[in-house]
Amino acid sequence: MKILVTALAAAALALPAAAVEYGTLDPAKSSLAFTSKQMGVPVDGKFNKFKVALSFDPAAVQKASAGFELEIASIDTGSKEANDEVVGKDWFNAKQFPTAVFKSTSVKALGGNRFEVTGPLTIKGRTQNVTAPFTYKADGANGVFEGAFTIKRLQFGIGEGPWGDTSTVADDVQIKFRLVAAARK
Amino acid sequence: MTTTPTQYTRTAIALHWLIALLIFIAFPVGLYMVDLPLSPQKLKIISWHKWAGITVLALVLVRILWRATHRPPALPDSMSRIEKLAAQGAHHLLYLLMIAVPMAGWLMSSAKGFPVVWFGVLPLPDLIGKSESLAEFFEQAHEILAWLMALIVVVHAAAAVKHHFAARDGVLARMLPRLK
Ligand code: HEM
Repeated sequence: MKILVTALAAAALALPAAAVEYGTLDPAKSSLAFTSKQMGVPVDGKFNKFKVALSFDPAAVQKASAGFELEIASIDTGSKEANDEVVGKDWFNAKQFPTAVFKSTSVKALGGNRFEVTGPLTIKGRTQNVTAPFTYKADGANGVFEGAFTIKRLQFGIGEGPWGDTSTVADDVQIKFRLVAAARK
Repeated sequence: MTTTPTQYTRTAIALHWLIALLIFIAFPVGLYMVDLPLSPQKLKIISWHKWAGITVLALVLVRILWRATHRPPALPDSMSRIEKLAAQGAHHLLYLLMIAVPMAGWLMSSAKGFPVVWFGVLPLPDLIGKSESLAEFFEQAHEILAWLMALIVVVHAAAAVKHHFAARDGVLARMLPRLK
């Protein structure tokens, strides 16, 4: 008990020596959002259903790992018409590829509260290596991880056929994540 | 001593026809685009429509300022009091609608969560937060007001033609100097 209290107190101060490991995700506080550009207009969307397996100890970052699995059909693009469109063949082809997955291969400390995770991201059956910088902050007993990275949608075949026209929908899509995970006891 | 001018200024004429042209484009394009299936083409056309409409809004603000500081020529004395009132009423209503129609479009876009980026370059602020019910409301308002505007434009143009061919009082030529 004493050790746990010390660990939590240390985590609250975000001391790098804190031996606390984060694991269980709080889905209500976590979010996975994206911003695409249509005709130069930023349009926000999000995924409502995703699972995250997380293991992060700020004192032993090199051992950290993160795995993601999100349900394509839970996409919310901001309009019903677009939601119906993007699960189709030209976009995500959600019938054949119902999930997108990410598995970290390395986590690096960048100094301060900044870190970087690298690993393969698979969407629509196509895999690309991605690197995402993120920040970590202790918030009471929780760890808050926030980061953003940019993918090129066409590398994953998202938006093929007439939608391949990047002057309408830009190739770059920004992904933003905010994960709130509880400390593992 | 103030004298009422006998002519519109060149600026007033230019603003009138530029705005008219943009409305003649924005209105049919709006009707056409709403029934298109979702495609890159549709997204493009909607953007062009918004750009044209916001341009109307900007030009109308300039026009109202100009109108407030530059007296228009008086209506001919051959017109009855009722005719003059009807003409002025229609003009005021048109000014109102030239603001209300694009404003409803802008509010709808904000409520839908699709911000307006003028000509793909200048991001305009969202007027209201995202809301499905408000989006629905302003979509209806935009459509109804646009049709009301079309109706008054038709009456307005019919009156202008009547001035030219029936009354022959030179009122149309004041706004269309080439007719002289
Ligand atoms: C003088 C200016 C404008 C005119 C005459 C005009 C006219 C119209 C018309 C006739 C429609 C079709 C309505 C229907 O049948 O449902 C329409 C639709 C639309 N307008 Fe405008 N408009 C103007 C300005 C704007 C502006 C400034 C914006 C946004 C910034 C805008 C956004 C839209 C949108 C998004 C639709 C499609 C609505 C839907 O999804 O059903 N319009 N407009």
